[in-house]
Amino acid sequence: MSVAMISPPLSEAETDAGAATLAKAVPVLQLVDVRKTFGDFAAVDGIDVDIREGEFVTIVGPSGSGKTTLLRMLAGMEAPSSGYITLRGELINDVPADKRPTCLVFQSLALFPHKTVGENIEFPLKVRKMPAAERKRRALDFMRMVRLPEHYYAKNVMRCSGGEKQRVALARAFAYDPDVLFFDEPLSALDYKLKKVLEKELKDLHRESGKTFVYITHSLEEAMVMSDRVGVMSRGRLVQIGTPEDIYTRPATRFVAEFFGEVNSFPVKRMPDGGWTLAEGGPIIVAPVDTAMGDTATVIVRPETMRFVTGPSRADNLISGKIYNEYSLGSRMQYQVHAGERIYLVEVARAAASGLVAGDAVTIGWDARDAILVGD
Amino acid sequence: MSVLTASHEEAAAKPSHLAIPAGLRAAAPVILLLVLGFLAPLVTVAAYAFATPKSFDVFRSFTLANFAAIVEPSNTVWTSFVWSLSYALATTILLAIIAYPIAYGLNRMFGKWAGLVSVLFVFPLFVSENVRLYGWVLFFIKNGVLDGGLKWLGLAGGPEVLYTPGAILFGMLYVYLPFMLFPMTLGLAMIPKDLVDAARDLGAGRLMIWREIELPLAMPGILIGMLLTFVLGAGAIAESKILGGQSVITIAQDIEIAFTYAQNWPLGSALALLLVVIVSGLALFILSRLDLDRILGRR
Repeated sequence: MSVAMISPPLSEAETDAGAATLAKAVPVLQLVDVRKTFGDFAAVDGIDVDIREGEFVTIVGPSGSGKTTLLRMLAGMEAPSSGYITLRGELINDVPADKRPTCLVFQSLALFPHKTVGENIEFPLKVRKMPAAERKRRALDFMRMVRLPEHYYAKNVMRCSGGEKQRVALARAFAYDPDVLFFDEPLSALDYKLKKVLEKELKDLHRESGKTFVYITHSLEEAMVMSDRVGVMSRGRLVQIGTPEDIYTRPATRFVAEFFGEVNSFPVKRMPDGGWTLAEGGPIIVAPVDTAMGDTATVIVRPETMRFVTGPSRADNLISGKIYNEYSLGSRMQYQVHAGERIYLVEVARAAASGLVAGDAVTIGWDARDAILVGD
Repeated sequence: MSVLTASHEEAAAKPSHLAIPAGLRAAAPVILLLVLGFLAPLVTVAAYAFATPKSFDVFRSFTLANFAAIVEPSNTVWTSFVWSLSYALATTILLAIIAYPIAYGLNRMFGKWAGLVSVLFVFPLFVSENVRLYGWVLFFIKNGVLDGGLKWLGLAGGPEVLYTPGAILFGMLYVYLPFMLFPMTLGLAMIPKDLVDAARDLGAGRLMIWREIELPLAMPGILIGMLLTFVLGAGAIAESKILGGQSVITIAQDIEIAFTYAQNWPLGSALALLLVVIVSGLALFILSRLDLDRILGRR
């Protein structure tokens, strides 16, 4: 049943794939030095980014990083103070929301509480003065697309569950048939399990529809699961943008690295021979970087790239310490290791950690390629 | 000692109190107050309406003579009903049109504080209605504030609007504005801004947003305001007496005359009962149409 429902759009996406690659050369949405200031405060402080046709781009950032303001400018609810926003090459800085072929799915979803599920989805069609019968047919199509049962058509929208409301909001946005869909963390109010399901569904829907999605969230996890590219925002600036892989393995700054969760970070100093030393002393071997660095920097080592070194096995960097505590993460174990003044987090597969308990003396090690040098 | 008494009382009281639920017992004082203070006068008025005309034989006589007198073709009291209901209707419609833009503006200007700001419009109610209306008399009267002021400026003087039906309507609009504005502002404040933004984002223009989103969602507040205004307007008396100078007799004034000057309590009661039936009938009809639960999405 579910396979039959999903398969037609999938095949459609396959035929579109060729056309999509061609269109990818031209950015659908282009931002050039976009700024938004409120008095002295720059909420968005110069953003340059090209968003390609059919891409799923997620902008991640902590609250107050300016991501919502950026999205409101893209959707036409806020005008930029300076800079240019172009849609398919056309300047849209001052084009109001109702005249833009874009649609925003609000964090609150903004469903019309006095309307049924069907009436909500039909709203953009009604705006276009589509005849009622045609509207209903289209609404039912969109409901199928977001996996809402047909009998929900006449249901009061406020009687729907959180996940169902999400689908209604999505169907309504699709009914507008926008060139670009914007999402203002619409999944944030849902429980963890449902969120996981809907994240994947959203990505499937992106693939099936071939539309361009721009999503904002404060959850990097959410961003990683869904996006083709992730942009990390901090204090109104886009710190880094790249594939989830890029962001994870080659964070541009300490902020980006730490935004991903727990990391070991060491302040380091440059030595006369070009190598690096820990700020408190002791050499550290890091992967060579091609970007310019100052005399001080930070080395990031993820807990999962650290390991316990025993017997003949080697690692580029070695440190002796004592296990202070252990935390079970399910399939993996995490250890807090104290060595001198410093605390290290080491995460290993459960099997690789057998027998280690608090108080044990251990040697931890990591390879140079896992030591990521980032500027401050 | 007191503990002993209490436990004695409790023991004695227990069997007889078993049948009455605790909630009802706790509500008893309020129920008693409502029965004595609210229901009893209503029942008395209703009873008087069926008493022998021009007598005080309440509860001892039953006759429909009072109602017969009202509907008798020679009796022109029906014009008072028509005047009162027409004034109430006109006031309600005009105030709805006047108050909506004000309420809308208040919400745009003050956001979530709009409800509080509209309370300021209620402040005039702290001054007696009669005093405020006499203030308008001084304003409109010959050689008063308006007329005298214009003459002082060397102009022709103000129009003679006092003691006309128009002056009554003006007085009613003035007096009942807060009753329309307050619920309307609250009703408009209940509309989340996101909904308006979302509707615009989906391509809707101003008119479409107003018709499809703002008006339906503000409807509970608007209807409550209209209901309040109509019910109060139908019982209005001071405006016609003070600003209208008796150029129009409202039904409330007829009732007052029957009770005071004419000393015909049964007739006054019959008129009052009729007014209650008409107004509450209309109110119930509107309330039955107003499905608050559905609008608020609870059903």
